Amino acid sequence: MIAELGLAALWLAAALAAMQLIGGATAQHNEESDLALLVRPVAILQGLLALFAFAMLMWLFAVTDLSVKLVAENSHSLKPLIFKLSGAWGNHEGSMLLWVTVMSCAGALIAAIEHRLPEKTMRATLAAQGFVALGFYAFLLFSSNPFERLPQPVPEGLGLNPLLQDIGLAFHPPTLYFGYVGLSVAFSFAVGAMITRQVTPEFARVMRPWVLGAWVFLTLGITAGSYWAYYELGWGGWWFWDPVENASLMPWLAATALLHSASVLAARDALRAWTIMLGVVAFSMSMVGTFLVRSGILTSVHAFAVDPERGSFILALLAIYIGGALLLFALRASSVAEGQRFALTSREGALVFNNVMLSATLGIVLLGTLYPLVTEAFDVRVSVGPPYFNPVGAIFVLPMLMVMAVGPLLRWRWDRFERVRLPIAILVALVVTTAVVIALTSDIGVLPLLGLSLAGVLAIASFLPLRGRKLWRTPIATWGMVIAHFGIAVALFGMASESAFTSERLAAVNPGDTEHVAGWDVTLQGIEPVAGPNWTALEATLVAQRGSGDVVTLHPQSRNFWAPPQQTTESALLTRWDGQLYAVIGGQAQDGRWQLRLWWKPFVTLIWYGGLLIALGGVLAIIGRLASDLKRRHIRAQAQQRRADRAGRAVGEAA
Amino acid sequence: MMRLTLILAAFQMLFVAPLQAQDSLPPAPYAYRQLDDPALEAKAQELMETLRCLKCQSQSIADSDASMAGDMRHQVRTRIAAGEDPEAIRAWLVERYGDYVSYAPRVTAATWPLFAIPLLLLLIAGIVLWRRIGRGQGRAA
Repeated sequence: MIAELGLAALWLAAALAAMQLIGGATAQHNEESDLALLVRPVAILQGLLALFAFAMLMWLFAVTDLSVKLVAENSHSLKPLIFKLSGAWGNHEGSMLLWVTVMSCAGALIAAIEHRLPEKTMRATLAAQGFVALGFYAFLLFSSNPFERLPQPVPEGLGLNPLLQDIGLAFHPPTLYFGYVGLSVAFSFAVGAMITRQVTPEFARVMRPWVLGAWVFLTLGITAGSYWAYYELGWGGWWFWDPVENASLMPWLAATALLHSASVLAARDALRAWTIMLGVVAFSMSMVGTFLVRSGILTSVHAFAVDPERGSFILALLAIYIGGALLLFALRASSVAEGQRFALTSREGALVFNNVMLSATLGIVLLGTLYPLVTEAFDVRVSVGPPYFNPVGAIFVLPMLMVMAVGPLLRWRWDRFERVRLPIAILVALVVTTAVVIALTSDIGVLPLLGLSLAGVLAIASFLPLRGRKLWRTPIATWGMVIAHFGIAVALFGMASESAFTSERLAAVNPGDTEHVAGWDVTLQGIEPVAGPNWTALEATLVAQRGSGDVVTLHPQSRNFWAPPQQTTESALLTRWDGQLYAVIGGQAQDGRWQLRLWWKPFVTLIWYGGLLIALGGVLAIIGRLASDLKRRHIRAQAQQRRADRAGRAVGEAA
Repeated sequence: MMRLTLILAAFQMLFVAPLQAQDSLPPAPYAYRQLDDPALEAKAQELMETLRCLKCQSQSIADSDASMAGDMRHQVRTRIAAGEDPEAIRAWLVERYGDYVSYAPRVTAATWPLFAIPLLLLLIAGIVLWRRIGRGQGRAA
């Protein structure tokens, strides 16, 4: 019954999405037609229905209803409740339902509260939102029905991939989906603005919180995913240039470019066509990401669905939406004037430079990700990995980081180079000095070297915009920018330090043996069997000490899950201010010795702290923007009130 | 093609270690053991990070517990210890398993766009910047 309710809600929501599209389209010709007036209420109702359908799916997973195919294939009655619930989206059908639910709820939210744009533009926006949602409803209902029943209920479910039974990963996909979907809202706004030719600063202001929100979620999702790979896969790697990782990085790069260009549009009424274009590109990258992960074209932990029918469905959706949007862009680009002009040495100039660099980086990641798939179609298999992405990406990223240090110091529209010459000279001198010092004192690669020296300078430069300001009167959004830029520097430092200074120790040891890595003495005390709710494990007890410091105990495990049967390693991490000790226990050799893997990774945690700082910066920017929007709305309301009062008094006096 | 190489690799491993196949550790001693010379080990590590584990998805042989990855680590470490050049080892592995095994693509008839397109992007970026900023400056000034 529950499953049928969910399915019915899904069909109704799809019908409403169609109505939203038709209503929004008719509104372009007749703004007062009945259908046009219904667009907002329909969007709200559609969101509620999708939410209801998703709640029904959660319910089915919570009670482990084994007559439903999806539950039987992905859940198990003995799983902890939190992983039963997260199992609802830890599979293809459920995650697509989550996608469309978040998207419809976002549509409902803008339908309910957004009143700053012309009504015609809003209806075109909601029509676009309905159109995109409609495609995903069709996808769910025709090829990925999450509520399908089994002819016979099974006695027990198959379970969830043990690698995915992790609290970090339970929230990783939804976080990324919020990001993807936020970009769908930006896309709809861009389409709405194009249709009604209303590419204005007001449009950028309305779109900006959605882009910022999407960007914050993507940042958090990428950070969490990277940390998960780091501690769960058991080899200390945190970024593999895996197509699935790139699938989340590409929308992030596009969103980063979009939020900066939207800021230029909002503040200076420049970069109109460019902002629209990035809005289309950002959502395209979300769709490409979804396609890569969902189509089964990559067979990896993330790609659960191995079904070409679904892949071609998503590819068709991608072609329709992106092709359609690009066609619209081509038709309207000539009528979207470029907007205000600006000089090379100006805030806009720096932002444009970095926008172009970000877009080029995006191009490289896209190329490196898709190229092996293209050649595979012609039966030539090649691999594109770190030796390609790192140096080729650096061509565009390094200049971008340098301009990023200076850009915020420049004034809008036009600035004299002489005004910023001194800080720039100091920054350049600092980069060169640190690079030379590091190069002379240690033997590390060129990229980590440049990363370290740039990170240090960028960290200083990120605070320069606060120079000469009263800190408590600095707008919150400016603080957001400062902290996000500082976060980039922090993450960059962590990455460079990890890749340059990591020490590794692999050894086969008997209990009682001591191994050494980067000043740490690690002794294996013993190995004990332990058991969890759905696994058994061998747990090592390691005693670690650095110099004459405190003695710390670590417990890495080698786990065996039984539903489905799979072995995983649970690494043990010991965090210190200057790095992390990473310990893994492997198998036992025939001579009875245990395989021990140890790493000391200096400042590795800064990678993820940097990610968190970037996200925090984004949150502050949202708060700052929303606060000033509310203030502006309040002032406008007060002014209106005063005018009304005055008019009322005038009428009173006349009478 | 891919499947064939995997089968070949599996056969080869059978011949290398018929007795210890059930062991939880691969028979190759250098799969989980470092070379004694840190400089050679660093060299081996650098190479291993750029070789794909053919049995895994998107993992290098330096990041995998698969027995085939262990076998390849053993091969790399012993060859490095024997004084072979890392790029020679890469070439040997590519000859054996195909281009797929190396994360560092070579310029070939099938891969040249990987290198041409970034150059094109550089050119496009230059043109876009010149048009947007170069021209704008004239009018703003």
